Amino acid sequence: MIDRAIPLLYLAAAASFILALKWLSSVPTARRGVIVGAAGMALAVAGTLMKPEIESYRWIAVAFVAGTAIGVPMAMMPMTAVPQRTALSHAFGALAAALVGTAEFYLRAPAIDRFTMGALVLEVLLGFLTFTASLMAFGKLQEILPTRPITWRSQNLLNFTLLGLAAASGTYLVARPETLWLFPVFGALALAFGVMLIVPIGGADMPTVISLLNSYAGLSAAAMGFVLDNKLLIIAGALDGSSGLILSVIMCRAMNRSFTNVLFGAFGQLQATTGASQEQRAVRSATPEEAAGILQVASRVIVVPGYGMAVAQAQHKVRELYDVLTKAGVDVRFAIHPVAGRMPGHMNVLLAEANVPYDRLVEMEEVNSDFPQADVALVIGANDVTNPAARHDRNSPIYGMPILDVDKARTVMVIKRTMSPGFAGIDNELYSMDRTLMVFGDAKAVVGNLVKEFAGGT
Amino acid sequence: MSPSLEVGLYVFVLATFLGLEIIRRVSPLLHTPLMSLTNAISAITIVGSILVAGEQKTTLSTVLGTLAVTCSTINIVGGYLITYRMLRMFRKSGKDRR
Repeated sequence: MIDRAIPLLYLAAAASFILALKWLSSVPTARRGVIVGAAGMALAVAGTLMKPEIESYRWIAVAFVAGTAIGVPMAMMPMTAVPQRTALSHAFGALAAALVGTAEFYLRAPAIDRFTMGALVLEVLLGFLTFTASLMAFGKLQEILPTRPITWRSQNLLNFTLLGLAAASGTYLVARPETLWLFPVFGALALAFGVMLIVPIGGADMPTVISLLNSYAGLSAAAMGFVLDNKLLIIAGALDGSSGLILSVIMCRAMNRSFTNVLFGAFGQLQATTGASQEQRAVRSATPEEAAGILQVASRVIVVPGYGMAVAQAQHKVRELYDVLTKAGVDVRFAIHPVAGRMPGHMNVLLAEANVPYDRLVEMEEVNSDFPQADVALVIGANDVTNPAARHDRNSPIYGMPILDVDKARTVMVIKRTMSPGFAGIDNELYSMDRTLMVFGDAKAVVGNLVKEFAGGT
Repeated sequence: MSPSLEVGLYVFVLATFLGLEIIRRVSPLLHTPLMSLTNAISAITIVGSILVAGEQKTTLSTVLGTLAVTCSTINIVGGYLITYRMLRMFRKSGKDRR
């Protein structure tokens, strides 16, 4: 009886996942989506626990407790740590799929049909490579590992060789599943490839890479669905896979780069080509006091936040600035570039955490036509996404990348720690424009001073 | 091709198209919660993990299964919780956070 009900529970779970994602399309329904998604998951877990194949619950219970003990603190991390947390959770998801695949292989081989073995090989390959790749991404985001891309000659050759060997051993295992000794070699190759894949990737490419890893983890789960002949796994995996795919395409477009370019053409190598405009041009710098004076007479301000705001943890000070400006009758909006920060949507979450209303956060396409009417464009810790060279300088490595047209605002204020170039190592001609004021200092301290000066002046 | 495999492939293709259509509509505002939610959903791997851990066929499979259940549980508990936490932070002008 219960046996017959389980497929229905799985079906309900699949439907709830689809509803969850559908409701995530807008803020008012999004929370409902999460609750429905969690309820679906509870149904699926309850159904699985009722399966007669389960001999003992002891280790399952231990794992539930351990997983909850780790999962809850991971959910309580501050919003600035969300990119790292996400990378880590991709690692856990992928590892789970890879481990189940490994266990299934040793339970069933060699009596395993070709197709199932093919799915199993894909599951384990994607699972292990995503596991180590996500750990590497975590290391870079947490700054345990150097964030600059590490490249050397013949790096791509080595990576392709690793991937080729992994694919070859995987194919051989499909043809001859009785070759038990080859399986650990195959797993090790996948693990090694995952590490090498992330070595040449730098911080600014993280939004694309994290999305891609999201996709791989989902596809690995879908492959597991084929191995276990479970449609719920196939559906959930396909949803996750397509979500990661869409996000990585959006990120690539926002940087005007292709997938292969992100994965195999590390940005660092391009620096050599930018020798043309080396003359040091004069830069106007201002104190927070002077900057506050300009804000005092402004009526439209567009704030452009970037990764620097996250690093300086300046989002709460930025909210205070938003509050005092709004109170003084200034129209303040935030221009969000799709790749600002270290993961898709990073800036939105940080500003929402600081209690900035979400209807003040505007996407790039929508806000760009408003810069010419803005009195002040206030750039806080963003660099390459504001560089006008992307529009006109064919020799610039970022030529063609869609940018926020801050240079069209009447006054541009840039809060920056030093004059050092951004991630891509390119000079930003925005800084030497006549209408640009540089306010040097730590973003949090500078914005704090701006708030004080502004409030003192009114 | 076995019938269940054929159905599986159909399910995969249709779910992918459905996913692409639904997720295209998600506002860029919510891309971070989208990623944490899809990550929690793909922790449905717990279904396979529970069976491997509970069947107790070999020591190896029980160990691997237990580890897999742990990983999946981390993502389910952590993923849904943090997504909910993030979404609670989004508020409109004029309204204070609940």
